[in-house]
Amino acid sequence: MPKPSIWFLRSALIHLALGFTFGGLLLWNKGIPIHPLMWRLLPAHMEFLLVGWTVQLALGVAYWILPRFYTQRGDVRPVWLAFALINCGVWLAGMGATLAAPGWVILAGRLCEAGAAGAFAVNAWPRVKPMAQEASHLR
Amino acid sequence: MPFLTRLFVKTALVYFIAALLAGLLVAARPVLALPSIVAALTPVYFHLLMVGWVTQLILGVAHWMFPKFSREEPRGHDWLTWTIFILLNGGLLLRVFAEPIRTVNTDPLWGWLLALSALLQWLAAMAFVANVWPRVRGH
Repeated sequence: MPKPSIWFLRSALIHLALGFTFGGLLLWNKGIPIHPLMWRLLPAHMEFLLVGWTVQLALGVAYWILPRFYTQRGDVRPVWLAFALINCGVWLAGMGATLAAPGWVILAGRLCEAGAAGAFAVNAWPRVKPMAQEASHLR
Repeated sequence: MPFLTRLFVKTALVYFIAALLAGLLVAARPVLALPSIVAALTPVYFHLLMVGWVTQLILGVAHWMFPKFSREEPRGHDWLTWTIFILLNGGLLLRVFAEPIRTVNTDPLWGWLLALSALLQWLAAMAFVANVWPRVRGH
């Protein structure tokens, strides 16, 4: 497994643990009330699990298994940029909403997430191609 | 495909169908004047889809495809994967029944069952992270 995939997947697992912890507290609070402020965890719960866990896992696995150029996976710099942006985005958008931060914090988070998608696509787009045998057959 | 992966993936498919049927019921409620308990299925619908289908599918495929844990136990500890399966599905099924019933029945038992559901699902997520973390690595 290449190094960027390891980082994406480990970060995804951390977000899974945090997202389920927030979700567990929310559900427990629904059954046995702990504190009304517990409901503020909902945006972080959703952001951490939808983007931090599911999307980030997909990026890590895609970087690992998409077709390669001989033995290389293309320019790794946009992939690292995507990693940094998606994690900043999840924390800004998720924790921003949970901590009732100003709207621009959540906007900045969403901007980071959109940037992560674009940066990841720079690497992934040319790797979505037929296998060498199929390519020679198509020619 | 290992037995535990087949179990996770087939269970995920059952939840996928169940989730969309729950979504259908929620959408049909205002049209067919269905009882109010059906409206309480909205969070159940979403969690059947995201936990029962998406997360469970990921858990099953990760068990199968991630780098091997060791020569003796290539997919990590099977007993732990069984525990994850039982905790996740036990917790989710408990939620499916306890959450809507709690809206029409004031017996505190349903609140406690919801809290138990939260605990079981949280334990499943933590056990999955612990089991798969050592498998997220290079060659």
